[in-house]
Amino acid sequence: MTDLSHIRNFAIIAHIDHGKSTLADRLIQTCGGLDEREMQSQVLDSMDIERERGITIKAQTVRLRYTGKDGRDYVFNLIDTPGHVDFSYEVSRSLRACEGSLLVVDATQGVEAQTLANAYQAIDADHEIVPVLNKIDLPAAEVDRVKGQIEDIIGLDAADAVQISAKTGLGVDGVLEAIAGRLPAPKGDAEAPLQALIVDSWYDAYLGVVTLVRVREGRIRKGSKLLMMGTRATHTVDRAGVFTPKPLLVDELGPGEVGFITAGVKDIADTRVGDTITEEKRPASEALAGFRPSQPVVFCGMFPADAADFDSLRDALGKLRLNDASFEFEPESSTALGLGFRCGFLGLLHLEIIQERLDREFDLDLVLTAPSVVYRVHMIGGSVLELHNPADYPDPTRIRHVEEPWIKASIMVPDDYLGKVLELCTEKRGIQQELTYVGSRALVVYRLPLNEVVYDFYDRLKSMSRGYASFDYQLDGYGESDLVKLSVLVNAEPVDSLALIVHRTMAEKRGRALCEKLKDLIPRQMFKIAIQAAIGGKVIARETVSAFRKDVTAKCYGGDITRKRKLLEKQKAGKKRMRNVGNVEIPQEAFLAALKMDG
Amino acid sequence: MRPADDPGAALYVHWPFCRAKCPYCDFNSHVRPEIDEDRWAGALEAELRHAAPFLRGRPLASIFFGGGTPSLMAPRTVARVIDGAARLLDFDPAIEITLEANPTSVEAGRFAGYALAGVGRVSLGVQSLDDAALRFLGREHDAAQALEAVALARRHFPRVSFDLIYARPGQSPASWEAELRRALDESAGHLSLYQLTIEPGTRFHALQRDGRLVMPGEEAEADLYALTDALLASSGYDAYEVSNYARPGEECRHNLVYWRYGDYAGIGPGAHGRLTLEGGSRVATQTRRAPEAWLKAVEAHGHGELPRETLSQDDQLAERLLMGLRLKEGVPLSRIESATGAPWRSALDADALRRFGGEGFVAVDAGRLRATQEGRLRLDRLVPALLP
Repeated sequence: MTDLSHIRNFAIIAHIDHGKSTLADRLIQTCGGLDEREMQSQVLDSMDIERERGITIKAQTVRLRYTGKDGRDYVFNLIDTPGHVDFSYEVSRSLRACEGSLLVVDATQGVEAQTLANAYQAIDADHEIVPVLNKIDLPAAEVDRVKGQIEDIIGLDAADAVQISAKTGLGVDGVLEAIAGRLPAPKGDAEAPLQALIVDSWYDAYLGVVTLVRVREGRIRKGSKLLMMGTRATHTVDRAGVFTPKPLLVDELGPGEVGFITAGVKDIADTRVGDTITEEKRPASEALAGFRPSQPVVFCGMFPADAADFDSLRDALGKLRLNDASFEFEPESSTALGLGFRCGFLGLLHLEIIQERLDREFDLDLVLTAPSVVYRVHMIGGSVLELHNPADYPDPTRIRHVEEPWIKASIMVPDDYLGKVLELCTEKRGIQQELTYVGSRALVVYRLPLNEVVYDFYDRLKSMSRGYASFDYQLDGYGESDLVKLSVLVNAEPVDSLALIVHRTMAEKRGRALCEKLKDLIPRQMFKIAIQAAIGGKVIARETVSAFRKDVTAKCYGGDITRKRKLLEKQKAGKKRMRNVGNVEIPQEAFLAALKMDG
Repeated sequence: MRPADDPGAALYVHWPFCRAKCPYCDFNSHVRPEIDEDRWAGALEAELRHAAPFLRGRPLASIFFGGGTPSLMAPRTVARVIDGAARLLDFDPAIEITLEANPTSVEAGRFAGYALAGVGRVSLGVQSLDDAALRFLGREHDAAQALEAVALARRHFPRVSFDLIYARPGQSPASWEAELRRALDESAGHLSLYQLTIEPGTRFHALQRDGRLVMPGEEAEADLYALTDALLASSGYDAYEVSNYARPGEECRHNLVYWRYGDYAGIGPGAHGRLTLEGGSRVATQTRRAPEAWLKAVEAHGHGELPRETLSQDDQLAERLLMGLRLKEGVPLSRIESATGAPWRSALDADALRRFGGEGFVAVDAGRLRATQEGRLRLDRLVPALLP
């Protein structure tokens, strides 16, 4: 147990690519957490995908030892936070586990939308915030301008901002001193009944469920009998430790400390993030203010490309869920795609990451339906249906009205691209809330329907601003909307997995775009194929794929039938990957591409 | 007496050499400055001795010399193979012995020798009657030489066929019709009319990839096919196979063995065979493709065969449909049943059969499953769909 006044718990918050992971690595290296040989680039991002994409998905912690210029030995607990909007909920729970934050801003880029969103979350968590200007060694660094932005946009005093280059190590000692000198020590009483917050938990193949905790009051020792105050589950601690970043077992974790425990927990559901852990014998009188549980906001169907892989897909989803409680799934059956799962995600990136992990770690080939949001369908008679799947859209005559989720989006964009961004927001049914200028950049805040954002908003924003616009959002309640179900019919048969729920004003355009796209994607076949988009019984768009006229080998030479047969076997294997709708064979690539959100 | 649809047994002899490689050709052909032809003749005889027992007991309906360019063989070499076959096998009295020949004057000079060796039918690689097209196709002859060769062949051989390649880049229906009418004037009752296809590994393939060769496209090709069919029909030629047209009785018996999925042995480099072994199992045979490797193998082991592949019932059904539906006559239902041991309907994809039947692509009548003319034009889609 460490003397409270020597502990500093902090997070690093930053926009993507502003140097958060590099700074973390530098701190770990400087404090001797790892030797040179063990230092892998960006230690904290452990999953392959995290490292490749340069984003953090799961929070991690590292305990660092630092001797200050005042001669005191400090224990720093660095709690890493995800950088992407989809994981803002994980950011908030990481921030709750510490008292201060380093706000890293790239001195060549300035404040971005995520900088803003994360900084506000740190302010909400009552953090002391130390601004850190990174990349000051680059010629494009504009220290004064960026300091001005931090003061004007975020409202933090940037006079004492620490100026560093995480890459070269320049100024990193100043960061360590600022952590020791400017961030507050945690408070707590080692003798009080145990109160520890579950910050994260994940499944480890060797250790079982590993739970990351922040102790507020009391202590956790090996052998302690714990009670989860929310789930009422009890477990006996068999290991307590900290990450340095290597796991290091300790005798006990005291107030102010951040570390991990294992307690023979088999089911991750027993250690719900945000729950309070106390001791069974001497329980705390009340739980700590927990986090709100993370709610999936984007849903899509996932189907195995080969129906025979259904069981493997179920097993794989189950394994992913062990490590990612924010991800949900339940069985779904589609006439076009067969048996699969309806899955819920925190956002589009979360969806992409899960899809990529299924492909990479489990070698599963999938067909995904269009992402959809959760609609609230108010039925005549007063019942309310939470609709996750457009295919389940009830008969419109039984619906009183439909509500859709809205978000509040903050977009920072260079002046040159502002006009286009405003056009996009308007096209997406956005309602402008704020428009302020910071130098040559604008900060616009819009209310937008989430279903427009999951469609193709982010990609278009990025391409129309040449990547300069940054974007962040938070959910902002539900609102009534004039929504309709857009069906796609192939040779007069509805394709359930292509159904969409759209605003009435968007329906025709989307229907036409979808038909045109499918026309290009469905290969010509032995018969003419009619592709239609319809609202209810009314067809609003139509395309035709003509039948092909000729496909025959001119010459079968010299009795070499083997080559033809092998070719045929390939074709037959391809046939298995086709989905039959109304006698039309639709390659799954067509589903994938039609559903891709690039319009 | 064999049943009417028993195609009999056949022998294929592959001569893998050409003077030059044509830009559209992906067959097993090789250019060599010189070869020891005696050695090659000896090796073909040796492999024939290896293959003959598998055809024994059945009359030989055909021998076919293909290539490569078999008309580069000395007549004496051809004679050694035919004589060898005659010693080892029973010839059907109506045996057809075909040799593929290039219509250059050099090769035409050997016609008399081939006829003496026993060749009764030549198949000439005319390819076009248009000089520009012949240059495009990389041929060494011009249209006049081709026509002379056809005329000469008709004097030496009772049966003559020639090949044309059409649906070439830039070919108009009118110019093809004119070319085809000219060909019909010179034809002796059999024509092989192949639409140009671009095969991987050929010079044309590289040109097409680089955008320097643009094919007419499916619609134009289909139109040219229809035009060809109509013109040939009006001249009394039956479209008995996808690309082959004959007056009654002039059909190529050798190719009918392939299409009717009969037994054939293949000798020479890269030759294929289909043999029914004692006990009834069916095997696919193939010899080494590289000429020198084949030659060495034959001299060391008496044959150049690669390990044989035993064909499953599914394989046999697939091959039978792949080949048989190319023929206008189609596939006898009894053959589907004997290949699978099941009622023919349950051997096929019932849904596809119903849809294709409804659309007029296939028909079942007189105990046969047939692809219609429209169906044959789409055969590469039809067959995989029909198989379960």
